[in-house]
This record gives sequence, structure tokens and C-alpha cells, in this order.
Amino acid sequence: MSDKRVVVVGGGLAGLMTTIRLCEEGIKVDLISIVPVKRSHSVCAQGGINAALDLHGKGDSPYEHYDDTVYGADFLVNQLPVKRMCEKAPEIIYMFDRMGVMFNRTMEGNLDVRAFGGAKFKRTVFAGATTGQQLLYALDEQVRRFTAEGMVKQWIGYDFQRLIVDENGVVHGCIAMNMNTMKPEVFKAQAVVVATGGPGYIFGKSTNSFINTGSVACTCYEQGAKYANGEFIQIHPTAIPGSDKNRLMSESARGEGGRVFTIKDGKRWYFLEEMYPAYGNLVPRDIATRAIFDVCVNQKLGIDGKNMVYLDLSFMDPDYLDRKLGGILEIYEKFVGDDPRKVPMKVFPSVHYSMGGLWVDDDTDMTNLPGLFAAGEVNYQYHGANRLGANSLLSCVYDGFVIGSAMPGYLKEYKEPQDFDALANKHLTEVEKLYEKIYAMDGSENAKKLHEELGVMMTERMTVVRYNDKLEELMGMLDGLMDRWNHIGIHDRSKVLNQEVIFVKDMQKMITLAKVMTKGALLRNESRGAHYKPEFPNRDDENFLKHTIATYTPDGPEISYEPVKIADIPPRPRNYAVDKEETKKMAQKKNEGGK
Amino acid sequence: MAETVRLRIKRQLSPDSSPFWEEFEVPMIHGMNVIACLVEIQKNPVTKDGKKTTPVAWECSCLEEVCGACTMIINGRVRQACSALVKDLEQPIVLEPMTKFPVVRDLVVDRQKMFDNLIKVKAWVPIDGTHHMGPGPKIPEPERAIHYELSKCMTCGCCLEVCPQFNEKSDFMGAQIISQVRLFNFHPTGASLKEDRLHALMGKGGVHECGNAQNCVEVCPKEIPLTHSIGEVGRQVTLQALKDWFMK
Ligand SMILES: Cc1cc2nc3c(=O)[nH]c(=O)nc-3n(C[C@H](O)[C@H](O)[C@H](O)COP(=O)(O)OP(=O)(O)OC[C@H]3O[C@@H](n4cnc5c(N)ncnc54)[C@H](O)[C@@H]3O)c2cc1C
Ligand code: SF4
Ligand code: SF4
Ligand code: FES
Repeated sequence: MSDKRVVVVGGGLAGLMTTIRLCEEGIKVDLISIVPVKRSHSVCAQGGINAALDLHGKGDSPYEHYDDTVYGADFLVNQLPVKRMCEKAPEIIYMFDRMGVMFNRTMEGNLDVRAFGGAKFKRTVFAGATTGQQLLYALDEQVRRFTAEGMVKQWIGYDFQRLIVDENGVVHGCIAMNMNTMKPEVFKAQAVVVATGGPGYIFGKSTNSFINTGSVACTCYEQGAKYANGEFIQIHPTAIPGSDKNRLMSESARGEGGRVFTIKDGKRWYFLEEMYPAYGNLVPRDIATRAIFDVCVNQKLGIDGKNMVYLDLSFMDPDYLDRKLGGILEIYEKFVGDDPRKVPMKVFPSVHYSMGGLWVDDDTDMTNLPGLFAAGEVNYQYHGANRLGANSLLSCVYDGFVIGSAMPGYLKEYKEPQDFDALANKHLTEVEKLYEKIYAMDGSENAKKLHEELGVMMTERMTVVRYNDKLEELMGMLDGLMDRWNHIGIHDRSKVLNQEVIFVKDMQKMITLAKVMTKGALLRNESRGAHYKPEFPNRDDENFLKHTIATYTPDGPEISYEPVKIADIPPRPRNYAVDKEETKKMAQKKNEGGK
Repeated sequence: MAETVRLRIKRQLSPDSSPFWEEFEVPMIHGMNVIACLVEIQKNPVTKDGKKTTPVAWECSCLEEVCGACTMIINGRVRQACSALVKDLEQPIVLEPMTKFPVVRDLVVDRQKMFDNLIKVKAWVPIDGTHHMGPGPKIPEPERAIHYELSKCMTCGCCLEVCPQFNEKSDFMGAQIISQVRLFNFHPTGASLKEDRLHALMGKGGVHECGNAQNCVEVCPKEIPLTHSIGEVGRQVTLQALKDWFMK
């Protein structure tokens, strides 16, 4: 019997957890990543990871966590996967604890927890304000152990190019390029897992990095995988605008007591606390972002008339702050120059996360292409119309468990293609043709400049507030950009780590995915979670309690819909001015009244 | 003319070609860091004298000094390009690749050796599996706080760049590895591999080759107390050596 072999593309939290689980099942892994996996974007996560451990004995439970997540997601989420994730969460934390993550602790030596948005219980476990880094390192260490044992081979500095998929849509491996030599190579596998993170770079400046282009997700989509809920982009309320990217000021700042305010009539106005007495500064992100946007843009009450509000920690004990939030205070100090222990920070919303992503099956995380699985931010699974803070790290890790359980079953049924080499060669030729074309480009456009324009047009029209006429216009603009892509000229024809050539390839992917997002937004005539249209200010469950599904066609995305699967929690209006339980009562009353 | 930033960059087009210098002048943007300068060069890869050239290659990921990718030598000092703000730097800003690792291209070097060394010292906690087995060992918060600092090491290599003992010829693994050994030896479960780790730090390339120059601790961007780690691990190695001797 031949070795069981799976390719995992991406070594962030999702890719590494998947790798570990596959190794435990006796499956060998080829792990492909652009950057050394320890430098994956997951290192950026600051605030923490959610699990209802009820460490304060206040009656928190996985069900409460599930309930908060579905309500926070504005019900645009299949409920069962969320429920299972929340049930698994405590075990996941204990696993990390056993791996040696230096989580903050109480004086008794137990795990400490803090508050996060959209929840009434403290259930966010954290390691200072560098939780993502600490979790990623723990998984990286375990993967290194499997690497030493020969179960994993890491292909660092390899850029995914294309799936090796047969005429029935079954995936048998992929093509990835050694960036140092610019040579595409064939990776034969019985299944491929993509765990390539979010697409924030499409928006130019976001809290994401330059490597978060979404280009792998886009390629899978172009090769037949469905892309779901692309229009749901999370705008984080509190970031510091920068010249290269926007740096996040984690929600944990508010979780630890930070307060948002601006100056109105010469006095401090704590507008979130006033507008949402029940949740205050810890309303979910979509709500906080819209409030800040409204205060700055519509009421023109930003700091000095600019698009900024204050996030204040300066009234708190500096030692406490260092212990709990050290990492982000350093970031603010380093990049802005002020000490947030002494003066309030200045922040504004920024693109942060994609709730949408590759469509996957509820039980297995497999896409509609047999043998292609998707894990982490790149899938659409758990966060619906709005993700709650500290739920992403959890979903990334949980996906690893889902795939670890599902993969052995899939591999048992797997059948080799008749002629793998011919199939692989066909795809390899496609890749080679693309690079021949890019290397020969000698037009007048510059890919980085096109990217800058893409970022601006997307940020202006596809973020906090969306209007149909602007979205229509944007669709046309994106087509225009794609035309101009064909007229790029490259400056660098080297075959050694040619970052320009790779970026030209990514640029085409970013425009393609931007169209998926925009078309989804255009057609969704309602407001739900992060998707807000003033022309359609209400949620419309009758017409839109359904997932947007984009399918690739050469003429642009074709949009269809799929019903949302409800298990336990009937949809009800969201209202963070009052307690969650209150909204349930209100909904019940209304139902009874209607009978 | 609008304000500009001048840069002098040491370039190398492939691992075995010779390095050369190029100068650039890019528009100044408010709050700009060195990364943003390199992006400006990508948008318009033309030298200061108007000569067309190739964009400069460099590595980055997080852009907020937590991943270690963008490490390079800036005005003679090894540090991260993302947290190097133009307003704090003398111009022309001089950029060079790290010197202790092989150059791939321009400012990109291959630091695989650091990751390989982590394997040599078994820098992991040997858990039985990821299945549910309850919480890990309790750890007092003050101890946790000390070791959390060690676990922030982002494998950037600054400490190795400045270490007189670390170079292509020597096997000395450097402060980064020694400090990781301290971290994993501290952990109650991690300690079950303590002897293996200490043996890896004995003999050639071991901890005693540290000349105690203390350069490492001065450049560590994460302010990791590296000299404490070297002292502590040095003691552990000595004790282990004695123990080995008695067990013979
Ligand atoms: C600043 C910030 C703070 C955050 N804080 C929190 C928090 O406190 N709590 C929380 O729950 N969530 C948080 N999030 C969200 C969370 O960090 C991310 O959603 C999550 O880390 C994504 O992990 P991932 O494994 O899916 O992808 P990533 O960690 O982004 O990893 C992607 C991997 O794919 C590889 N890759 C990408 N493209 C290619 C390609 N073409 N070829 C080969 N490999 C490729 C990369 O090299 C990398 O290894 C935060 C996000 C940001 C940006
Ligand atoms: S103290 Fe030791 S490890 Fe640090 S720089 Fe000096 S010789 Fe190198
Ligand atoms: S110890 Fe400090 S300088 Fe050395 S690799 Fe780690 S973070 Fe970098
Ligand atoms: S890009 Fe991560 S440290 Fe600079």
C-alpha cells in the first residue's frame, strides 16, 4: 500500500493544527508555505481565544458561547458546526495548556480569562496581548517534532499555483513554485487542505499583512470551488492608521476596561456606553464600527474633525496594563510615539477579517471539489455576518480537528487517477504558460500602483456603508482594472525570488476575488451584520437568510443562494442596547402577539 | 519639491553574484517606515540618478514586529524594518542584508539554520497527543510571567547577527537557542527532555563557547533577558555534566 500523503497549504494556526491531527492519524504531510510557518500571519492575533471554561463560576457554558456566536453572526451561519466548535473549545484550551503556552494565570495558578465583545461572560483565554503568536509557536513546536520524526516535510518559500484536479473535479495534488528558483513543482497527494488565511490585502491597508492576498482561495474558486458570503468583511472598530498597514488595537483593550469616547460640546462623550447601555464598549464589532463611523463621518465629531476617536486606558493601573496588554501598548508606543498608559489612544475602524470564504461541508470541511478541504479564515464556516472577537483562533484550530477526523474516511475511498503524470503535466503547463505571459509583459502599468487603486476603490465602496449605485460603479471599475492588468510592464525578469512577477499573478487574483465580494454585496438588498446598506436598513430574513454562493464563470461570478441551517436558535432581531435574554423575550412576545 | 527620503541599499541579485550598492529617493509619507520606502521603490524602481532597475527584494509578514521576517541591517544596526520609522533615522538610510546567513537576494537571507537548531535541542513539550486529557500543570503566575518573556522570541536572528561567537565556521548555536532551552526546561512537562537538551548544549558549539560579550541582549527587539538565560542554562549544563560523570 502506498503512503497516505496529504498536502497542507499554509502554516498558520489552521494549517499547523491540521498537520498535527493528520500526523496523529498516520498521514504524512507536505506542508507548503510562503513564509517560514512560524512567521505566518496568525502571529498578529493579540487578544485571545474563546472557550466557555466558566473559570469564574458564573454559569457560563458552551451553549452560551454558541448562543452568543450565532446571535453575534446575525444568524447567517449553519448552527451545528458552531455548536460543535463551542463544545470543543475547552478541550482545545487544555491542549494548548499542555503544550506549554504561557497563558496568563490567576494567583492560584489557574488560567485567567478576560471579557470580549458580544458576550456577557468572561471567556477569553490569553497570553499577554500576543496570544496568536504564543498559540502559533506551540503548534509550530509540535509540527517541528513531527518534522524531526519524518512525518512532515516543510516546503518553505513555496507559492501555491494551482490544484491538480481531474475532469470530475477530484483533487489529486497541487502545483507550487519554489520562489527562490521560480520553478513550479508538482506535489502529488491524495487530498489538499488549503489554510491560507484571509484576503485583507485586497483593501490595500488593513490590519492584515501583504501576504494576505486571498490568492489561493481565488485560484480554488477559479478551478471550480464555491466561494460563500464573500461580501461579509469585518471592519474592526479600533486600529491605528499607518503608512503601510493599519495596526490593530485589540478588542482586549476594551475587554480589560478601555473606554471609547470623543469630544462633544467640550465634554467627553462615551457614545458606545450611552447608545448601548447593556454591552457598552463591548458591543460586537459591526455595531461599534458603525457607531464610530457615524460619529466621525456623519456627525463630524471625530478628534479635531478628523476620522478618529479616543480609546482610553490611561485611567488604569499601568502595572496591570503591562501584565495584561503589554504587547499592544508596545505597538502603539513604537508606531505612534505616545504612551497609552498616560494618554488616550487615537483609533479608527479598519478592514480586518473575512467571514466569507471557500464553501465547505458542515461535517468535514471539504469543499465541493472532492479532495479539497479548507481550514481557518479561508473558509466561510463559523462567523456568519459578523465574527465575535477571539472566535477566529478557535475556529482555525477547531478546523484542524474536523479535518483530522474526516480525512481517514476520505482517503479510504480515494482512487488514483488513471494517468496522474499526464494530469499533472496538463496543470503544470497551465502554470508555465501563465509565467511565460507575465515575464513577457511590457506595458505601461505598474502592478503595485494598480493595487493601490484597488485598495482605495474597495475601501471607499465596500466597507462600512454600501450603496447599490456605488457598488454597480465598482463592478465596472474592477473590470477596468482587469483590463489594465493586461497592460502591466514588469521591471524584473530574474529567475531568483522574483517578487514582482509573483505579485503580478496575485494582483489578478485579488481583482477576481474583489468582484466576488462586490457582486455578493450588490445583490444582497438588506442589512445584516457587517453588511450595511442605508437604502435597506433592516435585516430581511424572508429573502436573505441564506448564504451567498459564488461560482466562477469566465464572464464573472455567478451568484446563487443556499439556505441557512438552523438547529436550536430561532432568528430574532439583534439589539445590543438590552441584554441578550431580553431580546429573546421580546421576540417571543411578538410571536405570541402575532398568533 | 515635496519632501523625500533617501536610501542606500546593498543589493545582490542571486546567492552567488556579487553585491553592489544602489541609491534611491522616494516620496516621504507621514508616519512612514522602512517597509513603506521599499514599497515606493516597487512602484517606481528607478535609482536616484534616474536609472531603471529591478525592485528590491525583502521579506515581511506581520508588519508589527512580532514575526521577525523583516530583519535587516539599518544604518549599521540589525533590527526590524517594519518598526524602523523614517522620522527617527538618519539619511540616507542604509539597508543591508544580515551577514551571518546566506543571502538569497537583496535583503532576503536564509535563516533555516535557526529552525534546524530548534530541532537539535528538541524545543517542544512532548505531549502524548492532542486528544482530551484535562488541563496542563498549574504554574504560579510570577513564574509564568518570566517565562512568557522568553516565549516571545520571534527567531529573528538579531542576537546571532551581533554575536562574535556565531558564524558560518562555528557550531555555536547562540543566545536564541540557549534561551529556548531555558524555556522548555522550565516547563514541568517540557523538563522531561531536559537532559537531551543539555547534552545538545555540551561539547562543540555548546553554551560554554559564549564569550559573554553581551551584544545579544542589547539588540534583542523583544527585550528577552538573554544573559540570564545563558547564565541559567550554563549552570544547568554544568550540573548535568557532573551528574553524567557520577553516573558513569
Ligand atoms: C492584527 C490581528 C489581530 C487578531 N487578533 C485575533 C484575536 O485576538 N483572536 C482571534 O480569535 N482572532 C484574531 N485575529 C484573526 C486571526 O488571527 C486570523 O483569522 C487567523 O490567525 C488566521 O489563521 P489562518 O491559519 O487561517 O491563516 P494565517 O495565519 O494567515 O496563515 C496563512 C498561511 O498560508 C500561507 N500562504 C498564504 N498564501 C500562500 C500561497 N500562495 N502559497 C503557499 N502558502 C501560502 C502563509 O504562508 C501562512 O502560512 C486577528 C487578526 C489580525 C490581523
Ligand atoms: S553573550 Fe554570548 S551569546 Fe550573547 S553575543 Fe556574547 S557571545 Fe554571543
Ligand atoms: S532572542 Fe531576541 S534577538 Fe534573538 S532571535 Fe529571539 S527575538 Fe530575535
Ligand atoms: S514584518 Fe514581522 S517583524 Fe517586521
